[in-house]
Amino acid sequence: MNRLEARSLACTRGFATLFHDLSFDVSAGEWLALRGANGSGKTTLLRCIAGLTRPDAGAIRWNGESTREAEGAFKADLLYSGHLPGIKDDFSAEENVRAALGLRGVAVSDHAIGEALAQVGLEKRRQLPARRLSAGQRRRIGLARLALDPARLWALDEPLTALDDEGQAFFTRLLERHVASGGVAVVATHHDLATAPSRVMRMGA
Amino acid sequence: MSAAAGSFGAGFAWAFRRDMRIAWRHPGETLLVIAFFIFVASLFPLGIGAEPELLRRIAPGVIWVCAVLAAFLSLPAMFATDYSDGSLEQMALSPHPMPGWVSGKILAHWVASGVPVIALSPLIGLQYGLTPDTLAVLAAALAIGTPVLSLLGAACTALALGARGGGVLLALLALPLFVPVLIFGAGAADAQASGLSPAPHLSLLGAGLIVAAVALPATVCLALRIALD
Repeated sequence: MNRLEARSLACTRGFATLFHDLSFDVSAGEWLALRGANGSGKTTLLRCIAGLTRPDAGAIRWNGESTREAEGAFKADLLYSGHLPGIKDDFSAEENVRAALGLRGVAVSDHAIGEALAQVGLEKRRQLPARRLSAGQRRRIGLARLALDPARLWALDEPLTALDDEGQAFFTRLLERHVASGGVAVVATHHDLATAPSRVMRMGA
Repeated sequence: MSAAAGSFGAGFAWAFRRDMRIAWRHPGETLLVIAFFIFVASLFPLGIGAEPELLRRIAPGVIWVCAVLAAFLSLPAMFATDYSDGSLEQMALSPHPMPGWVSGKILAHWVASGVPVIALSPLIGLQYGLTPDTLAVLAAALAIGTPVLSLLGAACTALALGARGGGVLLALLALPLFVPVLIFGAGAADAQASGLSPAPHLSLLGAGLIVAAVALPATVCLALRIALD
């Protein structure tokens, strides 16, 4: 049973307290939407969950175990996507997806990668270096990766940026499928998705 | 279906293959280092004049200084682009232990920047009229010393990552640390040329390599964690 728990998290950046005494639970089959103004701490919270930023206080547990202590098992379950897409300009869409999955130790056939790229509309551009793709098309490389990765916990920061309606609909379907299969997701977004979040958390309130 | 548990070896192999592929796609960077090494090393005989005895005496030092500068020239590329496009974040969040992929990246850096310098050193040495056995010692010293330069350089680039004026900071951090490698490296070929045994210098370089290979990847990891926070 997948479950993400945050207990009394606190984080300050410079002189600003972004959040303190923040607690929440997200269980299998649920997704949490993070809302709030720019600079309200959505990204910082996601980075805390992923383990890139250390919170000043509090604990984050994944399946009952501290994410700091059981780091390896946690990271195998985690898929984090931040502001920076982590896409190499020199690699084609296909190579980017293969490299990203290879890094996470996910074995996927070339056929499956080709199919995922076709689903996100990059079939004809799969061999082009990523630098020659538009911002939205680069985001779609990330979507193809999301479709193939079996990670149980998604921590996504503004996943809809630069995506058109069709891309947003595809993302919504992926999120629905992920949640329906018992996955957990924390998504920071300003957009209203077609699928309703299990819970909404307002940051900076 | 779930992602496989991470391992040192898998992370190492992934990072090495990926960085070699990038270096292959972008041969310009490697070629620049090679061209720099050849040109600068060839400028000395032109500037100093054709005095065989003098050239033979200064050759090991000059070639080593050129190798150190060439290694320095290739440092910024090691983590900077991965940092700015978010790949480094993804690597840090992969299930593989950090020292694995960090070591893979350092090895790839050495293969792309150190190995060409080692391979070309006999050719440059010939310009200076070095004897074959001195050439061999020079190449051997470079083979042991350049990996140390890559390891030290990785720690310094990781520390300077994300800092404003990173280039100057990198020079201030890295060049002083390169000095011992330069002294023992050039000393080995010098000793051989003057009829002494190069073994003590090579042994010290080897000891330095072992210490660096054990201690520095962990240092790089620490610095990268700070840069990513």
